[in-house]
Amino acid sequence: MRLRRFIILATICLFGIGLLVSPAQAFKGSYKVGAVFAVTGGASFLGDPEKKTVEMMAEEINKAGGINGYKLELIIYDTEGDATKCNLAVKKLITQDKVCAIIGPSLSGTSLAVIPVAEQYKIPLVSCAASYKIVYDEKTGKPYQWVFKTPQSDSMAVEALYTHLKNRGINKIAIMSVTSGFGASGRSELIRLAPEYDMKVVADEKYGPKDTDMMAQLTKIKGIVPQAIINWSIGPTQVLVLRNWKDLGMTSIPFYQSHGFGSRENIKMAAGAAEGVAAPLGACNTPEALPANHPQKNVTMNYLNSYTAKYNEPLSSFGGHAWDALTLVVKALKAVGCDKAGIRDYIENTKNFVGQHGIFNFSTEDHNGLTWEQSFNMITVKNGDWVIIK
Amino acid sequence: MEKITLASQLLQYLITGLTVGSVYAMVAVGFNIIYNVTEIINFAQGEFVMLGGLIMVFLHVAMGLPLILAFPATIVLVTVIGILIDRLAIRHIRHPSVFTLIIATIAVSIIIKGMASFIWGKDPFDLPAFSGRNPINILGAVIQPQYFWVIGFLVIAAIALSIFFDRTIIGKAMSACADNADAASLVGINVKQMVLLSFALSAAIGAVAGITITPISLMEYDRGAMLAVKGFGAAVLGGLGSFPGAILGGLIIGSIESFGAGLIHSGYKDAFALIVLLIILFFKPSGLLGSTEISRIKRF
Repeated sequence: MRLRRFIILATICLFGIGLLVSPAQAFKGSYKVGAVFAVTGGASFLGDPEKKTVEMMAEEINKAGGINGYKLELIIYDTEGDATKCNLAVKKLITQDKVCAIIGPSLSGTSLAVIPVAEQYKIPLVSCAASYKIVYDEKTGKPYQWVFKTPQSDSMAVEALYTHLKNRGINKIAIMSVTSGFGASGRSELIRLAPEYDMKVVADEKYGPKDTDMMAQLTKIKGIVPQAIINWSIGPTQVLVLRNWKDLGMTSIPFYQSHGFGSRENIKMAAGAAEGVAAPLGACNTPEALPANHPQKNVTMNYLNSYTAKYNEPLSSFGGHAWDALTLVVKALKAVGCDKAGIRDYIENTKNFVGQHGIFNFSTEDHNGLTWEQSFNMITVKNGDWVIIK
Repeated sequence: MEKITLASQLLQYLITGLTVGSVYAMVAVGFNIIYNVTEIINFAQGEFVMLGGLIMVFLHVAMGLPLILAFPATIVLVTVIGILIDRLAIRHIRHPSVFTLIIATIAVSIIIKGMASFIWGKDPFDLPAFSGRNPINILGAVIQPQYFWVIGFLVIAAIALSIFFDRTIIGKAMSACADNADAASLVGINVKQMVLLSFALSAAIGAVAGITITPISLMEYDRGAMLAVKGFGAAVLGGLGSFPGAILGGLIIGSIESFGAGLIHSGYKDAFALIVLLIILFFKPSGLLGSTEISRIKRF
């Protein structure tokens, strides 16, 4: 009986101490920011690093005293990559949680599905998905009023790549692409922009996202002898295609990958076959390879160091899109507070914002704020590491 | 680089097709083993392949076990998983109809896939090739040494299985269950044990397929479903239940994909294989080597 009383007393004391310790930081109030990411499901490779990134950032911001003395309160919902769930989550964020702004969704499909909601409720939404349609209203030919996005469009990666090829005097190219959304979108941009850069597409090969090898497609290309091969895929296929390319003795044909190639794991998996392969990559993919005077050197190195230290896993460049989105919103909150129209106007007028994936210059005409020159570097693999091509 | 000749290209398509086809064939054989004894299509068949690859990576790469030990250890582990599937998911179903059992295997495949993604994450894994990665050049076509391992193990598995089913008492007992389970149990065959054995065997051959293909294609948690679909196509093409048919079907589907991608259009290579499958089923519904009489008495 005595022991029991003692335990109860001890517990109460412990809680008391806890209560005394916890409110070390007194905030004036809180700014609520909503986030919708595909944390689980097939697109979790996007949503998972995005969620981890914004959680890490919120923790750092609040530790440093919050935004003008207000606590940054993140409300994150998992969309599972599903348009209906995403739609409901965004409505809940607006009507029940009453957030100041929303970042996400992770996917182009889910982003397109919530544009009408953001427009209807007049809430700033910064998407982390790539499609240019997110910031281009086909009816008016202008961006949607309340919607922004941070990732580069596929067309920018293609422009960076084609400019590089043109400088090297290459104009006869073979395209390989995976039959997923990523590959199909890249392929259509490659074909659409080819005439502008005098590129002649001599082969247009496809493969499935779970295919076991691409020997047949490459053998066909080998018979055509193009001046360069461009491959557009993510996942294991972008590694397999490199191995097959090397096995078939085709290394004399330069090989280019998409901006989805920027993971060190891919170099390792390719088991030596990635040597000499080049790709247009955002600064966030290869912070170490950037020269010290590169404008994005500091932000990308800081992000890389704090992310790897906190989560003990390799940095994913997809998290960088969420970094850019949340940083934009936080800057706006700092400037205008929780005023939705004010946040929207602030983001639209943001210039020279140095982010993870480029230097953003927003305007009424451009709600992405990026050009390919300011968001992609041509990077090649040398001795198993990234090296920037001057 | 000198231009490749058409003959070398054709040879390359054939080699590639036969290698991929061998894996489809092994999956198809796995389907047949279980189908023959229980008449159910085990939709978790592709998951055995995935587990074979990933467990091998774990034992060989992460634990550092030598190839010669890791290989049988992986097969044993996957076989145990196959046995567990039978004991935990199949045997306890009340009023089992073929249809409910098939749905149970779909559930099992989802559970295995979920657990694999939990254990190994979603990234692909690599396995060192058994005898190096230096490609061999034959008449302008390139062969990875690993290709011989894949095709070789298909041959070994085919021979071992045909000896087992034709020459041993247990094998014949399993075939008897396939013909008539009630009659088989009347003559003293333990049908439940035979079903268990069929899951074990089928898991083992799936594991072999996974182990041998991983150095070529990498392996990740959700690869199984695609292999199961292709393997099922191969089994149906060759005639469900027929082992030579499964092997023939696998090699044909692999080759059609490869030649179709190389000579016609790579975007439609999966369609070519399915079109051929449909055409053959139209003219010969029991498959290439399947027997119409047997397929008539089957429930599925």
